[in-house]
Amino acid sequence: MASVSPSQALLLAMILFALGLAGVLARRNLVFLLMSIEIMLNAAGLAFVVAGSRWHQPDGQILFILVLTLAASEVAVGLALILRIHQRNASLDADAAAKLKG
Amino acid sequence: MIVWLIGILVLGAAAAWLAERLHRDAPRWIALAALAAHFGVLVSIWTGASGGPWIANLQVPWIAELGISFHLALDGLTVLLLLLTEALGVVAVLASWREIESRVGLFHFNLLLTLAGVAGVFLALDLFLFFFSWEAMLVPMYFIIAVWGHERRIYASIKFFIFTQGSGLLMLLAILGLALAHRRATGTLTFDYFALLDTPLDPTTGFWLMLGFFIAFVVKLPAFPFHTWLPDAHTEAPTAGSVILAGVLLKTGAYGLLRFVVPLFPVAAHEIAPAAMWLGAIGVLYGAVLAFAQSDMKRLVAYSSVSHMGFVLLGVFAWNALALEGVVVQIVAHGLSTGALFIVVGFIQERLHTRDMRRMGGLASDVPRLAGLALTFAIASLGLPGLGNFVGEFLVLLGGFGVNRAATIVAACGLVTAVVYALTLVQRALHGGPREPRMIRDTSIRETAALGALVAALVWLGFYPQPLLDAAADGIGNLQNPASRIAAAAGPQSPPRASPARRGP
Amino acid sequence: MPPILWLIPGLPLFGFVALYLSAGRMPHRAAAAIGVGSIGLATLLAFAFAHWFLGASLPGDVYLETAWRWITIGGFDPAVAFRLDPLSLVMMLVVTFVGFLIHLYSAEFMAKDEGYGRFFAYMNLFVAAMLTLVLADNLLVLYAGWEGVGLASYLLIGFWYRDPANGAAARKAFILTRIGDTAFIIGLFLLFHELGTLDIATLMARAHETWATGSAVANAAAALLLAGALGKSAQLPLQTWLPDAMAGPTPVSALLHAATMVTAGVYLIARTHELFELAPAVEFTVAVIGAATLLLAACSALNQHDIKRILAYSTMSQIGYMFLALGVGAWTAAIFHFMTHAFFKALLFLAAGAVMMRLNDEHDIFRMGGLWRRMPVAFVSFLIGASSLAALPLVTAGFYSKDMILWGVWSSGPAGPGLWATGFVGAFITALYSFRAVFVMFFGDARRTPSGRYGWCIVAPLAVLSALALTGGFVNIPSALGNVNSFSDLLAPVLPARQEVTTASTTQAIVMAATSLLVLLGVYLAYLTYIQRAQVLRRIATSSPARALAGFWFGGWGFDTLYEHIFVRPFLALARLNRNDIVDACYGGLVVASRTLNRALSRTVTGRVRAYAAWVAVGSLAALAIALFLQ
Repeated sequence: MASVSPSQALLLAMILFALGLAGVLARRNLVFLLMSIEIMLNAAGLAFVVAGSRWHQPDGQILFILVLTLAASEVAVGLALILRIHQRNASLDADAAAKLKG
Repeated sequence: MIVWLIGILVLGAAAAWLAERLHRDAPRWIALAALAAHFGVLVSIWTGASGGPWIANLQVPWIAELGISFHLALDGLTVLLLLLTEALGVVAVLASWREIESRVGLFHFNLLLTLAGVAGVFLALDLFLFFFSWEAMLVPMYFIIAVWGHERRIYASIKFFIFTQGSGLLMLLAILGLALAHRRATGTLTFDYFALLDTPLDPTTGFWLMLGFFIAFVVKLPAFPFHTWLPDAHTEAPTAGSVILAGVLLKTGAYGLLRFVVPLFPVAAHEIAPAAMWLGAIGVLYGAVLAFAQSDMKRLVAYSSVSHMGFVLLGVFAWNALALEGVVVQIVAHGLSTGALFIVVGFIQERLHTRDMRRMGGLASDVPRLAGLALTFAIASLGLPGLGNFVGEFLVLLGGFGVNRAATIVAACGLVTAVVYALTLVQRALHGGPREPRMIRDTSIRETAALGALVAALVWLGFYPQPLLDAAADGIGNLQNPASRIAAAAGPQSPPRASPARRGP
Repeated sequence: MPPILWLIPGLPLFGFVALYLSAGRMPHRAAAAIGVGSIGLATLLAFAFAHWFLGASLPGDVYLETAWRWITIGGFDPAVAFRLDPLSLVMMLVVTFVGFLIHLYSAEFMAKDEGYGRFFAYMNLFVAAMLTLVLADNLLVLYAGWEGVGLASYLLIGFWYRDPANGAAARKAFILTRIGDTAFIIGLFLLFHELGTLDIATLMARAHETWATGSAVANAAAALLLAGALGKSAQLPLQTWLPDAMAGPTPVSALLHAATMVTAGVYLIARTHELFELAPAVEFTVAVIGAATLLLAACSALNQHDIKRILAYSTMSQIGYMFLALGVGAWTAAIFHFMTHAFFKALLFLAAGAVMMRLNDEHDIFRMGGLWRRMPVAFVSFLIGASSLAALPLVTAGFYSKDMILWGVWSSGPAGPGLWATGFVGAFITALYSFRAVFVMFFGDARRTPSGRYGWCIVAPLAVLSALALTGGFVNIPSALGNVNSFSDLLAPVLPARQEVTTASTTQAIVMAATSLLVLLGVYLAYLTYIQRAQVLRRIATSSPARALAGFWFGGWGFDTLYEHIFVRPFLALARLNRNDIVDACYGGLVVASRTLNRALSRTVTGRVRAYAAWVAVGSLAALAIALFLQ
């Protein structure tokens, strides 16, 4: 099995991250926002795994597990918040929730 | 013993706060008792002194790693300033007897804490401790203005805080800079006054460090153009606050100039002296013209303080025996006369519920005793011979004349403008016919006694200032030649140190 | 004598303190007893000292007494010390004696006033300060007395404080004199720094040793002292306060603004005449100012309606004579005229007050008229006073002193006759305006009916002062008339004659005769105008140029308007403009700047999560870029 070179893997992570970021910036629907953040998190996790295999150290994989748990808890909290916002605003538009305007 | 000069006031403050539950007036009596005890301690230290320029000295390590010690010392100048603090403290308590009715305990807590900070400022000879006290007196004063003040108290208290705090920051930087410069030169980190006196500084560094101290002190003094916090703070503060502000807190600025700026940085101070003297002279006239333009009586008195403090700045930087003695007399006399005028304004406001002189007039026929006392203080304020302010102003100008003729002559013109504002006050508030019939009571015995004592003190200062001058002379010696007195201050057990002659400006 | 000279200013001071502490609660009788009694005792003591002083021949004709050391700092140690020498003796006697008479008069004159105790408190304060001024051994104590009389003057001019106009007059007086005082105190600084002392005798000796005649520093010092004297003595250009000062009660005008306080400037120059000798330019200025003031004020006195204003302008004019004498070095003549002037001017004011109090406080002479029959006491006193003021030859005190001045001026050198001419013309105008007042007030048709009577407190001072206004001049009679020199001999140790006056020259007699004739002519002209009502004179007086001139003179030659425009209004405008403190506005600028910044930054807080995320991304990219770039 041809091994994937770290730079290619990192490129993939970068593309994933950029896609996630574009999603966060472009989408107004909060559910899509949350999904885009998940993609960004996974991009960061991929970068960790790649770095771990590059240096032959387990730290990258450990951190990926940390990122996974973080993502899971974030989804839990985030979905709960989205549910509340949906109840309040009757919409999932992120800009409509601009209550913290200074 | 000397530590009680601060300790009594701190303990008194705590006791006053707690005692409010016992009785409404208990904090007032506790405050008076604390001040009386303070006076007793001061007198016993003073009379027990063995002679020598420093009356008492206490130095214990505090934060040894950083070279910070708890160093207090007392000389003639300090004694006079503490006596003034006590006198005005008592007067302030008496003046707020009727005026302060809410949160009496907290008020006296803050009042005594302010005075404790002031005492710390006057006594500290460790620069860190000095800065600590400097900031410590600020906070309770802020609360006095912000909680018990008049209409625009929040604005005034924040302005007061920002001005003094901002300038205090400059002083902190200068203190650190000086200590570090000293460490670079000698290898030891210390904040002790006597040690820092001998710090060798290159002229540029010396100038900038001096400027840090100078700005902090002239803001407090205040000198033109840093005076604008003063009218607001004085006007909005309750009477006791105004008395303490004008009588004591401003003096910490003068004291700082005397004790720190010139002795620590003789060369740089010499450089800035002409500019400082001109600032003083301009302040004399500027404050007087503004005082004349006010219709709020308290603001008028506040601006007159700016004018009087101009003389102090002029005298400090003339830096000769005549001018310095004049500065000390001016400090004391201004404390008494301006403090008294603030009390008079307080009494009038209590009776007429206004400070606007356009709505006064004719008080001389309604309340002859109060009017007579007010007239006396207004006359003291314009510098009439026979009352203390004249001696101060005369000596300052006489001393200044030999140093900077032009600035002194400009400042002397302040004698004319002082007449203009003082007589405007008399005319608008006391003379003329009353607009409407008023039934207001004249001063009570307690009020008459408080003001009468101030009149007596001013007359004494005007006719026979010599005891004050003598008491100040040692202190002025300490200022003018600080290094040579270290041996005497450190006490007999420490080895005598070399006393290089220092060049004053 | 025991060393109790200090009691002479001390007794009135105690009187003041007692009255001040009573805060106006004292019954009238007690207030009068303290007020008049303290001055009475001081007067007795002054006479006792005079008796002793003239009997004992003291070394240098000086008695010194140090009360206490006021301030001692290094080489600066002015003591509160009193100096009795012939000059201060004369001043002291006049101040105490005339002061006592006026206090006595006031005891009745002010009887109905509610501020009775306050009045005597201020009067005592004044006398104490004036005596301090006169007896002071050093210039700082003299300055203290100098300011003290200024304060007393302020308080007494504004005594009836309910009327704001009185307050304005009082403030004007204090501020204008304070301008002079400030120059004076700067002069003290200069003297101390140059000569190292403020002790008058030492100062004068050192000035002689150190300074060359006409040197710049001597001129500067003399000019500064002169400025002080000009303010206090109401001479050009600081003269405008005096006519307004008449707002005070009449005894105040008599004591402060006629007899004593306003002559403090004369005393100061005589006291420091050695300094003025070193500054000939300044000394000449003194003479010129005196000449100018005497003419200007005499002209203004010519057409006033208010009797007190007439007398005020005449005071300015007579002090102008004294300055003229001082300026030519005839110091003794100046002091002589001070003494006789104190007598007759106090008499005139008291007599005028006596008239006014029975006419319901009427000041306008044209509403009086025909009073000589109804109030003979006041009439005779006023007539004697006016004659002495006009210097009617031979029988009045004013004649001898004015003659001494004029002769001193005439014989003072090249500029003498020119200066003399102004005094000569002034004498004519003086006679004219003083008898105008006499004729208008006391002759012609009666317009008002007086009420009340005089008690002895009013009559006695008038009688004594009348006697002195007639006979006070006999202590010094010119050689042409009998050659009595008691007064100049007395003062000779302090104020030596500058040049040996040529003995009994015929010129002196001619000059004297010419002046006398001119004075009589002036009186006659007043008679023609105001009794005979001569048509020619009326026509001249009512012609339009004369009326314009009269209006100009009436207002004191427009000085008030001038000062109003060049000093008062700019000051007021400046004060009003800067009322809210331009410096504070600068700090206000700081506040505005931080507010603006705050507003700008808070605009970025949109509350939109996606915008924040975008900023986070941009920021991270920027940070990465910077990190890469810096590598």
